[in-house]
Amino acid sequence: MKKAIITGAYDTDVGELPGSSCMGLHADAALGAIADAGLNKSDIDGVLCAYSFTEPHLMLSSVFCEYMGLQPKFNAAIVVGGATACIMVMQAASLVESGQCRNVLVVTGDNRLTGMAKGGAVATLAKVGHGQFEHPYGMSVPAAYALVATHYMNEYGVTSEQLASISVTAREHAMMNSKAHRQTPITIEDVLNSRMIASPLHVLDCCLISDGGAAIVVSAADSGGDRPKTSIEIMGTGQGHTHEHIMAAPSLSDFGCKQAARTAFERAGVTAKDIDVAEIYDSFTITLLVELESIGFFERGEAGPACLDGALKIGGRLPCNTHGGLMSYGHSGAAGGMFHVVEAVRQLRHEAEGRQVEDSQLAFVHGDGGILSAHCSLVLGRV
Amino acid sequence: MTGKPVPVANPDSAVFWEACNEKRFLIQSCNSCGEKQFYPRALCKSCHSKDLEWQEVSGRGKVKTFTVVNHAPSPAFKADLPYVLALIDLEEGVRAMMNILDCDVADVHIGMDVELTFERRGKQYIPQAKPVSKG
Repeated sequence: MKKAIITGAYDTDVGELPGSSCMGLHADAALGAIADAGLNKSDIDGVLCAYSFTEPHLMLSSVFCEYMGLQPKFNAAIVVGGATACIMVMQAASLVESGQCRNVLVVTGDNRLTGMAKGGAVATLAKVGHGQFEHPYGMSVPAAYALVATHYMNEYGVTSEQLASISVTAREHAMMNSKAHRQTPITIEDVLNSRMIASPLHVLDCCLISDGGAAIVVSAADSGGDRPKTSIEIMGTGQGHTHEHIMAAPSLSDFGCKQAARTAFERAGVTAKDIDVAEIYDSFTITLLVELESIGFFERGEAGPACLDGALKIGGRLPCNTHGGLMSYGHSGAAGGMFHVVEAVRQLRHEAEGRQVEDSQLAFVHGDGGILSAHCSLVLGRV
Repeated sequence: MTGKPVPVANPDSAVFWEACNEKRFLIQSCNSCGEKQFYPRALCKSCHSKDLEWQEVSGRGKVKTFTVVNHAPSPAFKADLPYVLALIDLEEGVRAMMNILDCDVADVHIGMDVELTFERRGKQYIPQAKPVSKG
């Protein structure tokens, strides 16, 4: 089997980008990643796209290839909510490992902040709920995660302060990153005093809605080329799927992240303890807390106190979401998850200026789609 | 302003929604493996048998978890704010999402006993929960 490596990674500006378009963001991200890999348009023989709210299409990847004048040997769109970016990377790795492609462009982007009416993204996201058995009850995505949060707090003694500290840590990291969408300092009190969306989640427990795009290039290790940047090996990948609708989740404590991470760690031949930096899907504070414990970075009930104690900060026990995450760096649909991948590559290349985790060699990236429904984990390593 | 969403039945769920209009809540019981399931499907999710039987529930259940919603997902729900969204474990061992009506949102708690009630949406009644009536 051939080895899969990430040769290029790039993300566009993120935040409020008037004048941006979904395909324009895709194009900018793609050009950036291809240039970062030291490749040309003609080197790309595989393309994976995700989905868009502002330019929804049955065949988004074909639309993108036509827009860019690409005629790849493999082309597909993948739609698994917030797990999409990691699943695309896993699929791209399979394509090069099996010899079907040499260089796969994995590209995401959406202008869901400026390209939709106010409230449009929230209303579209709510359709993740079951049309007959959830949607009629006024279930928003934050409300669905709040159902998990109420259960988890009751079961394991998690406090609102502990959840708030996750948001504060993300903001502290974003303040070290000049590209981040939100950089105003916040305190735990600010989070607790912010508007309640669905108890126990305040607005500052929730991710942002941003415009932005991100792309990577996954190449076969033997594909040659100049490779101006340090290559990053895709060492292990895994998925876990338990349900789509939160009413049908077999457990409200354990989710597919457990299986996804276990598989990825096994394939990579490492354990959670070996990880230097983690970029984990943080659509809400509770999302990250549940994942940290389910994956095994912390024992049950320990992630909250540890985070309050600074464990997730750069320099802490497990530096996490070093770019600022979905809560402070930005969230642009499938690109939100891809920002985590791009940041992991930057950390492993030691080019995360102002927020570099010292001598990082191994990174863990995780995506979660739906209401903790679909999960994909990646273990990435400096070659 | 558009009204709150009205469920649209499909061949899997038509019997369920017709029963709701008679204020009855039906689940499916598998004649092959004995598994009970909600929401309605064309087959048993456990053993994939299509030999399913409709069974009416007692109407009693407990709050598994809940949230008080303060920000509506669409304008149709604004007038209801704040409202309770909950997962209800019915006595028969199935779970469903409902609002908890006819109660002070501050009184709702995990483990709370509830019973079914039905709310009219257009021409359809949808199952909802309310605190167990006293006495």
